[in-house]
Amino acid sequence: MGSKDVKLLNFWVSPFGKRVEWALKLKGVEYEYIEEDICNKSNLLLELNPVHKKVPVLVHGNKAIAESFVILEYIDETWKQYPLMPHDPYERAHARFWATSAQQKLGKEGSWTALVKSGEEKEKALNTASEVLDKLEEEIKGKKFFGGDNIGYLDIALGWISYIIPIWEEVGSIQIIDRLKLPAINEWMTNFLNHPVVKDSLPPRDKALDYYHLSVKKHTPN
Amino acid sequence: MGEVKLIGTHQSFPCARIEWGLKIKGVEYEYLKEDLSNKSDLLIQSNPVHKKVPVLIHRGKPIAESLVILEYIDETWKDNNGHCLLPQDPYERALARFWARFIDEKCVISVWGACVAQEGEEKEKAVEGAIETLSHLEKQIKGKKFFGGEKIGYLDIVAGWLSYWLSVLEELGEIELVNAERFPCLHEWGKNFINTSPIKDCIPPREDVIAYFSFGINYVRSMAANKA
Repeated sequence: MGSKDVKLLNFWVSPFGKRVEWALKLKGVEYEYIEEDICNKSNLLLELNPVHKKVPVLVHGNKAIAESFVILEYIDETWKQYPLMPHDPYERAHARFWATSAQQKLGKEGSWTALVKSGEEKEKALNTASEVLDKLEEEIKGKKFFGGDNIGYLDIALGWISYIIPIWEEVGSIQIIDRLKLPAINEWMTNFLNHPVVKDSLPPRDKALDYYHLSVKKHTPN
Repeated sequence: MGEVKLIGTHQSFPCARIEWGLKIKGVEYEYLKEDLSNKSDLLIQSNPVHKKVPVLIHRGKPIAESLVILEYIDETWKDNNGHCLLPQDPYERALARFWARFIDEKCVISVWGACVAQEGEEKEKAVEGAIETLSHLEKQIKGKKFFGGEKIGYLDIVAGWLSYWLSVLEELGEIELVNAERFPCLHEWGKNFINTSPIKDCIPPREDVIAYFSFGINYVRSMAANKA
């Protein structure tokens, strides 16, 4: 499956698109990367994802797939080398549950809300994030990765935590992950960031900081 | 295949999804009725992250979130009744999962929004938004008996609330979203779906659904009134 066959429409800092990059790289699938300016969306994007008009979009031959978690499972089912999902149905359900729950509770309702709100709302959001992190600490205890010895679907799904949250913490001058209180998560973050597929894939930190400073300003009520 | 329990409430359509999935696969289960105004220790222990129904417990292990549970059911009782919920082809599966997320993340929210919005410009806009999300589903069902093809599948189960719960929301919200003129294919699909076994065997009485939604609508409206 050569690079002409597989294309990825993405935005350089998008954590959703990064997941797809990691999955393709782990499987050794060659692909063409197409950078999308999300402030000036291309006709190609609007054609390929007319429903949401968002990145990432994976194009495989004449098929277009949107939504990062949907794309991850498509990649896993299409290219069988280096399986990402666990084999056992209960473990699969567990991984799917945590992928979406962490995004919703730790991401949107937790960290992002803590970043853009103040006062009571900020406190509540930080508590929401903390509750999820406590549970993830239990999940990762005793394991190098959520997938075991190797990176799997859930590591990819949660990978944003390892590089986006530290950026948000700096942008908002807040602490979301207490590294002393959550040693297992802290270690997982280090292991994940050092993985060869992840290490050189991250967006430039300074550029990402600038991006999120601007983004938070836009979303913060005056 | 081990003991199966479902923690849920009959009025909740995410819980109905699980009953439909289990019944289609011919899996026997025990229904543990939950009082959402007084959540049980079992529910809180089984779903500490969201504390919500439905939760499936199989061989003592809990699984939460209806879309996750449906895939678990499909994978665990793979060959039951020769009825697969998800398609076999990876691209078809991706489409089904995409539309399922769309239904839960966009349709449900926009329909609810249109229902609770008070009269005026806000309501008009909300109704327009809901109609727009539903128009995508009309396109998807065109030319097919069910989203799953000839047989009910995963996406039919996820969209199933449109065939019954929606009409209650329309009544309470004094709106009309899906009718035979605007969305003929979706309307037809709804009638087929709700009249098929085992779907029609798990429908709660309409008064119960009215009471269930009324409570939520009044709560949202009173919060909005307090803020104004």
